[in-house]
Amino acid sequence: MLTKTSFQGKLNKTENLFIPFVVAGDPSPEYTIEFALRLQEQGADVLELGVPYSDPLADGPTIQRAAKRALNAGMSLRKAIQLVPELRKHGVEIPVVIFTYYNPVLQIGHQDFFNLLEENGVEGVLIPDLPFEESEEVRNMAVKKDVEFISLVAPNSDTRIQQIAEHARGFLYCVSSLGVTGGSSGMSAEALTFIKKVKEHSQVPVAVGFGISTNEDVKLVREHADGVIIGSKIIRLIEAELDVIEKGQKEEALESFTKGIQELVRD
Amino acid sequence: MLQAFPDIKGRFGDFGGKYVPETLMGPLQELEEALDEAMADPEFQNEYHHVLKEYAGRPTSLTYADKISEHLGGAKIYLKREDLNHTGAHKLNNAIGQALLAKRMGKEKIIAETGAGQHGVASATVAAKFGLECIVFMGEEDIRRQELNVFRMKLLGAEVVSVSSGNGTLKDATNEAIRYWVANCEDHFYLIGSVVGPHPYPRMVRDFQRIIGDESRRQFLEVEENLPDRIYACVGGGSNAMGMFYPFLQDDSALVGVEAAGKGIDTPEHAATLSKGTPGVIHGSLTYLMQDDNGQITEPYSISAGLDYPGIGPEHAHLFQTKQVRYEAVTDQEALDALKLLTQTEGIIPAIESAHALAQAFKEAGSMEADETILINLSGRGDKDMATLMEHFQEEV
Repeated sequence: MLTKTSFQGKLNKTENLFIPFVVAGDPSPEYTIEFALRLQEQGADVLELGVPYSDPLADGPTIQRAAKRALNAGMSLRKAIQLVPELRKHGVEIPVVIFTYYNPVLQIGHQDFFNLLEENGVEGVLIPDLPFEESEEVRNMAVKKDVEFISLVAPNSDTRIQQIAEHARGFLYCVSSLGVTGGSSGMSAEALTFIKKVKEHSQVPVAVGFGISTNEDVKLVREHADGVIIGSKIIRLIEAELDVIEKGQKEEALESFTKGIQELVRD
Repeated sequence: MLQAFPDIKGRFGDFGGKYVPETLMGPLQELEEALDEAMADPEFQNEYHHVLKEYAGRPTSLTYADKISEHLGGAKIYLKREDLNHTGAHKLNNAIGQALLAKRMGKEKIIAETGAGQHGVASATVAAKFGLECIVFMGEEDIRRQELNVFRMKLLGAEVVSVSSGNGTLKDATNEAIRYWVANCEDHFYLIGSVVGPHPYPRMVRDFQRIIGDESRRQFLEVEENLPDRIYACVGGGSNAMGMFYPFLQDDSALVGVEAAGKGIDTPEHAATLSKGTPGVIHGSLTYLMQDDNGQITEPYSISAGLDYPGIGPEHAHLFQTKQVRYEAVTDQEALDALKLLTQTEGIIPAIESAHALAQAFKEAGSMEADETILINLSGRGDKDMATLMEHFQEEV
């Protein structure tokens, strides 16, 4: 058994996990802090903090729109990482995973990137366009810096499922359907077989994401996996409040957002 | 013997690789296996070369440009006439190869991205020829600029999908094509148009374009009994250049890739990826690209839509780094001047893309000796550029 990482230290359970995704700086860093706090209140166990990118290959239109708003607000990889101590200051205690495409990481440089994560107390990192075959150096660095490198596994990973699952750290992100984020919901028999296979090989919690958008989806995933990852639906809840936010009615926006989350994750 | 690139990880030295979402790793593996098997099968090779000959009209001519050689007063200039290829550019060579591979893999639907529309037209053409369904992703801005090519694709039976994300240009169309492929990879084949993208695409497109260099080498030896001293090709993603250069990599010919300097490489408006860019990841490949300090990819600019791309094929990045190819950049104006000169001395209207290669060669030809030779890849014809050319030359002609 590996020594306990900071991520594991902060995660107080290993099943029935709720892992929300928000884009840092959408629509502003201040609101990211507020949304994170509300999500934590509603039972979030891990926060995926997305870094906006000009060319998000794995993302559908919803997260693309969020990225655009955040980029317009001046967000960057460095600023997103530096937002983590701010989240802590305001009371976010759950582990934070930085979700970023690889190119911004390359521009900072591997070493400086991990130094930044360490300095700012980030517990995990997920790079969707850095598959197993390309990630060895980053994975090794992550271990040294006590940062969990979160891996993804897809239904068509096929013979690679075992390899990826066995090396998984933190939690394993199971892509429930082919496609980009925010796609269709529902789960096929194949998807369930796939999740079962992943769980057989994984020593960390298996969380399912991509296309989870209703309370029914959430309940279904809870039955079969250790956690549920919700991204695009949460972005859409934020989008629904943009007009209210624009008018400066912060409490109203947050209250309405919270209600949406409650409805989404209720038992 | 030089090391063969790409290596087993899809690397050309430091560049290349597969920087893609997990969902694409399976389809890329499937593609690589099918490609290796097809390329080793003489029957596949025969079919590919048969279609190139009977349908595309290959081999394309090697033309001695005597008037322009005389006019510039230096090296003898030869043109490899890819403008004479069916559909008017080199793009079809690759589209034929990939369409045959798609059929062999049992994929009945192809996806393509396009900027100016040349690769979209080539893809729609092979789809019609081989009975495949074809979806072309094109930026909404490019759709507006290239009305005629959009109509050609539709007439050929393709569906053209307008892409409004980003700035609505080639970069965004490519993102969208990849996203669509991720969701539909089981029965769709992604027919990429240049030597870009994740492994094995850069290798595959190069190998379907090397026919340009293979023919040129043979033709040149026939007429000159020697190889050219210098070879020029324009570079956007870099498929015509890679196809031309690859068979000459181990020879003494000096290879020159010409990028688009737009309004000047010291302005923000250019597409000179190697001259001004830095290493990074774009469309699944580690290569050079144009980006800001935060690693966000920036929009390029060139008068020629075919060179208007913020990245470049990873093999070019490698050839640049190892100095096996010299890369230069040519402005819009220089390209237009070269285009007009060729048109009026040789009676050949080149594509604006190809005119970049011409411009650099013309700059250098005058200072070369009369017994030296130049080969320029004339990658496409200029018919598609008439609207742009009218804007620039209306008052002069």
